[in-house]
Amino acid sequence: MDAVLGQLYAGLSLGSVLLLIALGLTLTFGQMGVINMAHGEFLMAGAYTTYVVQQVVGGAGLSLLIALPLAFLVGGLLGVLLETTLISRLYSRPLDTLLVTWGVALVLQQLARDVFGAPAVEVRTPEWLKGNVDLFGAPFTKGRLFILGLALTAVLVLGVVLRYTALGRRIRAVVQSRGLAETSGIDTRATDRLTFFIGSGLAGIAGVALTLIASTQPYMGQTYIVDAFLVVVAGGVGRVRGAVLMAFGLGVLQATFAYSQSVSTAKVLLLICVIAFLQVRPQGLFSVKSRSLV
Amino acid sequence: MTALRRPVTVTFALAALLAASACGAKVDENGDSTADVESCIDTSGDSVKIGLLNSMSGTMSISEQTVRRSLELAAAEINADGGVLGKRLELVTEDGASEPTVFAEKATKLLQSDCVAAVFGGWTSSSRKAMLPVFEDNDGLLFYPVQYEGLEASENIFYTGATTNQQIIPALDYLRTELGAQSLYLVGSDYVFPRTANAIITAYAEEYDIEIVGEDYEPLGSVEGIPTIVNRVQSSGADAVFNTLNGDSNVSFFSQYSNVGLTAETMPVLSVSIAEEEVPGIGVERLVGQYTAWNYYQTVQSPENEAFVAAFQEAYGSDAVTSDPMEAAYTSLYLWRNMVEAAGSFEVDDVQEAAGGISFAAPEGPVTVNGDNHHIAKTALIGRVNPEGLIDTVWSSAGPIEPDPCLEGYAWAASLERDETYC
Amino acid sequence: MIGSATPAEAAAAEVSAPRARGPWTGRAAMLATYAVAAIVLFGAAPAMLTDFRLRMLAQFLCVAMVAVGIGLAWGSGGMLTLGQGLFFGLGAYIMAMHLQLSSAGPSGRPAFMVTGSDLPWWWELFRSPATALLGIVAVPGLLALLLGLSVFRRRVKGAYFAILSQASAAAFALLLISQQNTIGGSNGLSSFRQFFGFALNDPVNRRMLYFIAAGVLIAMVAVVHQLRRSRYGELLTAVRDGEERARFLGYDTAMVKVVAYVVAAVFAAIGGALFVPIVGIISPQNVGVVPSIGFLVGVAVGGRATLFGPVLGSLAVSYAGSTLSEQIESGWVYVQGFLFILVVAFLPGGLGSIAAVVRSRRRRPAADELPRGVPEPDAPDPEPTPADVRSGGA
Repeated sequence: MDAVLGQLYAGLSLGSVLLLIALGLTLTFGQMGVINMAHGEFLMAGAYTTYVVQQVVGGAGLSLLIALPLAFLVGGLLGVLLETTLISRLYSRPLDTLLVTWGVALVLQQLARDVFGAPAVEVRTPEWLKGNVDLFGAPFTKGRLFILGLALTAVLVLGVVLRYTALGRRIRAVVQSRGLAETSGIDTRATDRLTFFIGSGLAGIAGVALTLIASTQPYMGQTYIVDAFLVVVAGGVGRVRGAVLMAFGLGVLQATFAYSQSVSTAKVLLLICVIAFLQVRPQGLFSVKSRSLV
Repeated sequence: MTALRRPVTVTFALAALLAASACGAKVDENGDSTADVESCIDTSGDSVKIGLLNSMSGTMSISEQTVRRSLELAAAEINADGGVLGKRLELVTEDGASEPTVFAEKATKLLQSDCVAAVFGGWTSSSRKAMLPVFEDNDGLLFYPVQYEGLEASENIFYTGATTNQQIIPALDYLRTELGAQSLYLVGSDYVFPRTANAIITAYAEEYDIEIVGEDYEPLGSVEGIPTIVNRVQSSGADAVFNTLNGDSNVSFFSQYSNVGLTAETMPVLSVSIAEEEVPGIGVERLVGQYTAWNYYQTVQSPENEAFVAAFQEAYGSDAVTSDPMEAAYTSLYLWRNMVEAAGSFEVDDVQEAAGGISFAAPEGPVTVNGDNHHIAKTALIGRVNPEGLIDTVWSSAGPIEPDPCLEGYAWAASLERDETYC
Repeated sequence: MIGSATPAEAAAAEVSAPRARGPWTGRAAMLATYAVAAIVLFGAAPAMLTDFRLRMLAQFLCVAMVAVGIGLAWGSGGMLTLGQGLFFGLGAYIMAMHLQLSSAGPSGRPAFMVTGSDLPWWWELFRSPATALLGIVAVPGLLALLLGLSVFRRRVKGAYFAILSQASAAAFALLLISQQNTIGGSNGLSSFRQFFGFALNDPVNRRMLYFIAAGVLIAMVAVVHQLRRSRYGELLTAVRDGEERARFLGYDTAMVKVVAYVVAAVFAAIGGALFVPIVGIISPQNVGVVPSIGFLVGVAVGGRATLFGPVLGSLAVSYAGSTLSEQIESGWVYVQGFLFILVVAFLPGGLGSIAAVVRSRRRRPAADELPRGVPEPDAPDPEPTPADVRSGGA
């Protein structure tokens, strides 16, 4: 029983990491149709923000709390910069966006290397996130519990913002019909930038979370990016609900495979499952009802 | 259509003709071919070229950059000391880009275009495997500075890192005799070194009645399976963990390990791929008290090491740390110099001839080249991570251990598969 | 910004482009290009280059073969394949298995098997040269057929197809890594001694490999040339620019795409198969996500929708990567990144379209950035909204 619970927690933990990364993508890819391969590098920027804050502030606990909003800002600003300089020229060419942002990712990785050095930097875990808590008889480490909480909070806040605020209405309006939104007096360009800001900012927050469990180094963004895109696609593009279910579903599935198989085999099985799933439901778990023929 | 086909057909005919006329040596019955390339080392001037081939970009650059630095340091020292056979060393540097194919390409370039006398570098097993045929076909010399899985001994490679009987087996002896471990859990990255190491460990365990309670592999660079692995390690109740994880997976592993409440006291971890420069990235507090097995630590007490550490920190900053692969790389350049001076020649055949018995007072202690398998005799050191992030020696072998890459001297290892080309 | 030309016009412009461009008429220009290519590849290059540079060129030619296939699938067909590493790897590994078996010592066991276990049965399939050669073409071809049928029949396209293909390459690389005992794991396969009986360390034989690679590459370009000129080529472009319209006209658009996809896969596999004896190693690092995107760089830089663009772009990028990295080491990453960003964002027709862009700018100062004759392949129907990007749909 312990083992089963332990694996369930491992799956939830992996799922929450995937969710944090994929959440930003549901906005930038799902809502705006932009395939941002540099999303992982925004995440890296968030992780390095934590590192820098810790160097300046000192205390691991305080710096983590400062880093969260700051990383959101850093990720978001990087996103807006990318959006205004490059992506805004490419809205009609989604595949080219993918390639351009891949180039941006390359440059950002090298930049991080030149600024912070190639070796992983040390980001200390705050005392109150060390150790574990007993949940139903199996240990759940506090750091991973924090990430799970952070991911769920992010989902909640994003959901509320999209559903109930004026900003959210604007974003949804632009997504559903750009032309109509524009005629109704919405500044679609500003809305694009804002959406991109929030999506990229979420990547920054994911980066802060990752410093608790993974190493902070220039190539850390590459680790999850393919998986995160799969979560978004398989969840149904643009659907926060789908991303949540898919992230946790994939996390638990992989942990299940990993218990009986080697980790690599588990990963291969998982990828094959997702590819097969998308053959059956190319529109993902949840799809926007659309009369479009395309 | 037809008008266009004609030149294409002509091109094909031309290609076939050229290809047919260009056929060279066939492989004879022993699988050996007759052709070999003559080396073109240029010793006419007052300098001689050597190649440094390390990854300066890509994932492996984290580790290989430090090796490059210590190679450059050694070359500068040798040049300040009058060079080799009176000739100044001229460095030709290349980036392996963390890709085996690039290593093969750059090694070919260094040997064929730059005509270097020897090449220093490589890190991953795959980079070495990719370069091996290049050095054998072009009759070049490679000095490889990293501990590795053994079971290989090419004439054209000098292995200045540890082979398994100088690192893995002493570590097992230590776990068995000093820590009294009766059961082990094996955790490693998914590539050839951990797989081979664990095959050796399993054979060893059978001989000494140690129980292997689990064996897990995490893909290189991945962290996703770590919670699962730590769960299994914890519930296994093993006496100790033998860790062959490489790189970033270690960060996740030790973070999770300490978070679920495991410590060096409750279940010690002995790692063979964590050196001083990786300690800060993993987090000193997560590692304190855990064990490592190497042949060199920055804290080694000897005049040679004090000089090496001082010179290194003068060149690269007072907080720069030195580690086993860096020291092995530094040593490799001096060993080559001693070989060349003993041979009185830069020619590869002469250097190979003179290599056996060449020694050097290295920072790790005295090392001697074995002329048969081209590895070097080294002292094994078991260390523990201290709160400053350095590693203190807690046990060392009686003296330098003769290299035995094929494990011929261990009866229990007879069942292991070996590469018949070398062993 | 591309709303000015309807897809149909763009398609027409594309088809007629080779004949209308430049001072020469199309056919003469083509003939001259083939002649120049043959002279350069078979005459000038072997005469002027050292053995090392020729080996590098041979390696670049193999990568260019993948680029030719991508040019057809992506440039002409609009399918952005981010997973060519899968097919490149299949071809390469089949060739590598054959070479290892034929290079193995007396016991017949390949060199990498140091940790025990028996040779898996599927290795034996590629022991004979004939089945190995057949396998190099058939295995990736059939896989592409299956993948293509299931994907295109379901009308998965655009970004979705790109991400799916990327995931398939990622899965393939992971699969190889996890199979240490059967396929060499992350070390891959290396240490080949001979190529169908010819010693690989003989410089004369290495030249032979180069000539084979050059001949195969020219043949591939010729095949793509014929395909583009044929009715099928027009149909492929029509499907790219307006899949719905083509379908409404009664064409089986999925089949049209599958053909281009399979051809691209087979080209990639042949490139991979020749890569192995030339480079001497194949490892999962050559087949994963990053190399798969790497194959695209040259195609984008050279001009995806042109016949020679992918080849020339791929060769240029490979060459620049190799020589620049010798001089500036890690600085090459910046150059590569910025080159890619600038070309894709501002010159989607590739570097070859600079002249056309400048000319059109001069004529119409405020004109769009796209050169005439190089239509935007990825453009969905006129009004881009996320619903357009979406696959499947109703």
